[in-house]
Amino acid sequence: MTPPPPALLTLEHLYWLVGAMFAAFALLSLFDRKSKKALGNAAFWGLMAASLIGGSYFSNFGNGLIVLGLVGLAGFGFTGRSQPKTTSPAERKAFADLRGNWLFMPAVLIVLVVLAGTLAFHFTPFGQANLFAPRRETYFFLVAGVFAALLVAQLWLKPPVVAPLQEGRRLIDAIGWAAVLPQLLVAMGTVFDKAGVSGLIREGTLAVLPPGNLFLAVAVFGLGMAMFTIITGNAFAAFPVMASAIAVPLLIETYGGNAAAIGAIGMLAGFCGTLMTPLAANFNIVPVRLLELQDPNAVIKAQLATAIPMFVVNVALIYFLAF
Amino acid sequence: MSHYLPLIGVLLLVLGFALRLNPMLVATAAVLASGLAGGMGLTQVISEFGKAFNDNRIIAVVWIILPVIGLLERYGLQERAKGLIASFKNAAVGKLLILYLLYRQFTAAIGLHVTAGHAQTVSPIVAPMALVAAEKQHGALDDATAERVKAMTAATDNVGLFFGEDIFFAIGSIVVIQQALATRNIELSPVELALWAIPTAIAAFIIHSTRLVLFDRALRRAAK
Repeated sequence: MTPPPPALLTLEHLYWLVGAMFAAFALLSLFDRKSKKALGNAAFWGLMAASLIGGSYFSNFGNGLIVLGLVGLAGFGFTGRSQPKTTSPAERKAFADLRGNWLFMPAVLIVLVVLAGTLAFHFTPFGQANLFAPRRETYFFLVAGVFAALLVAQLWLKPPVVAPLQEGRRLIDAIGWAAVLPQLLVAMGTVFDKAGVSGLIREGTLAVLPPGNLFLAVAVFGLGMAMFTIITGNAFAAFPVMASAIAVPLLIETYGGNAAAIGAIGMLAGFCGTLMTPLAANFNIVPVRLLELQDPNAVIKAQLATAIPMFVVNVALIYFLAF
Repeated sequence: MSHYLPLIGVLLLVLGFALRLNPMLVATAAVLASGLAGGMGLTQVISEFGKAFNDNRIIAVVWIILPVIGLLERYGLQERAKGLIASFKNAAVGKLLILYLLYRQFTAAIGLHVTAGHAQTVSPIVAPMALVAAEKQHGALDDATAERVKAMTAATDNVGLFFGEDIFFAIGSIVVIQQALATRNIELSPVELALWAIPTAIAAFIIHSTRLVLFDRALRRAAK
């Protein structure tokens, strides 16, 4: 059997495009005289650009050094917010009053392009044309949607040409290293797997779980997602570990469950844990400070009576929808 | 006992996150510790980490959306979003927060999760509106009641975001699911994952709205 010919557009093309965006962020940072963290930001986004554009050509060790560079820059405080030139709050208010709800339109356009593309991909011969890397067509539609939205916004609002990149840099610097964390956590899960961590958790689970009891297996997966999220404060860290410890070997391979339902709803079971942990500071502690609440756990307490039933619902949904 | 040594990475994760250390540093320390404890050499751990990071570059692709969102913000997207929420006024607290929950779930589901949040909408707009509404229902609020109203507002924002955002196919968590399963040779498309987030979104709306209706009732009863 000969392997199928490569698609016209591969993931590599996507990485080049996104890498070019990060390279532009890095360059604009370099010329940013106002930000104190300009050089750190330039180095950080420059490394991301290098990873995206050159990652396939570097050795694994070289890619590892890029990761360590990113971690060092972020972990020791070399990156930070920036203030590229943008509009003032008063100007924004005036624009908003002038344009009204049409301002949502370019964002909605992205969703419409992705939905139309996906429908066409699945229900017309367009899907058989081998245009896109298999199973990754959504990202190509996303990029198409983004360009359509940019085109519309550019014609309609007539911003300076460099404005989309500067505004994008403003947002990426506000998000900072958190933009790279999900990718790092999935990589962590993979190395954990190779080092035997997932295997040990799987072993422990199988030791306590009576064989052949599907419901208990689902409940333990949901509980693992929620508990791991509570102790780490991060469902993204929990998912790769729980997926290779329990979801894949047990729920998908042994019991033949629907992988998409197990994955999607399993992550949402993890989010129930996020609602219950003070370690998820962005969600549970930041509002305590902003709203000047007396009890540091006030938001978590307000969430418990939603989080617990939602956890039960998610476990039930996996049990009934995935099998 | 040494059989269990690789679990040291998990221990470091828990400790590091509990001590509020930078998560990038914590995750990397955990990887190095588990890798070394699992019998890999230092260069091998770094290589495995680098390969895994490189194999998951698709997670970075979702940020391609930022220039559009930033551009719309330049022309008042946030201000317009706030104006839309402010038009919900004159509702009781529970009803106001139900409307906000729906707004938050819907905007998150179409990729506009950055236009709302604790700093963007909760503390400048929704919480003050909720307090005014509560005073109308309840009369002057004691500190404990005011605190409960504010906490419920923040809680509603989190619930709306968490159980709305995964319907959007180009969000971090969807890509994390896709990639974590892809490393185990299970290939899924983001759109099919996003569709499975819909039942939970509906359940979250029903459960949290019910609580908000009860919250309204409790406030009114306390007024008598």
